[in-house]
Amino acid sequence: MTEPAPPTAPPTAQGPAPVVHVSVQAADFDIGAEIDRLTAGRADIGAVATFTGLVRDHAGGVPISGMELEHYPGMTEAALRAIADAARARWPLQGVTVIHRYGPLAPAARIVLVACASPHRGAAFEAAEFVMDYLKTRAPFWKKETTPEGARWVDAREADDEAAARWR
Amino acid sequence: MQVLYFAWLRERVGAGREEIASDAPTVAALVEELRAKDERYALAFEDLSAVRVAVDQEAAEFDAPLAGVRELAFFPPVTGG
Repeated sequence: MTEPAPPTAPPTAQGPAPVVHVSVQAADFDIGAEIDRLTAGRADIGAVATFTGLVRDHAGGVPISGMELEHYPGMTEAALRAIADAARARWPLQGVTVIHRYGPLAPAARIVLVACASPHRGAAFEAAEFVMDYLKTRAPFWKKETTPEGARWVDAREADDEAAARWR
Repeated sequence: MQVLYFAWLRERVGAGREEIASDAPTVAALVEELRAKDERYALAFEDLSAVRVAVDQEAAEFDAPLAGVRELAFFPPVTGG
């Protein structure tokens, strides 16, 4: 008689390991394709919350004809990954996607995508907001807007610091 | 050490990156050296409350030591998202 096979690795309650996908890119992204990537091959995800940031054509009453986004290659990717990991430590997330564009962007262009997958919507919503609040105050990106009076660097907003502080 | 500048700091210094050899013990001491050296730096570092620092790609303060540092970066508060 053969011995019963030794137990293999115990099944994990959460399924496959959480996946963090971070990309800093000049190219546009496809939100549907990114949700597909986040959820591919698994049926334990109950909720995907996404946030998409777009270029507005005005700021404080001033028309904006476009913007240039600068970043710190290397540090940017590490900062986004650290923010995604902080979200995973705080909520039961099955996947986090953060995509941020750089370079010249026209009004209405997509700038940033955050997508968080979780068994339930509460964690997905909260985590997406947390990632955005931290991204806005910690990820090394700088916006320069083009206005009729010329180009100007966007000032950091106190409201963004306050939004990030409430998660502490 | 490689010193990097971003956004309006890059524009005021007139370079995005440069190699700087210095015995300055801290970031703050290096900033003082640079300010004294050239008007471009004096302008870039005019208001340090508007300048953030990263040491080897990690957020740091002006009192951070420079011994062994390979990459130092100066930039304004971030405005992504």
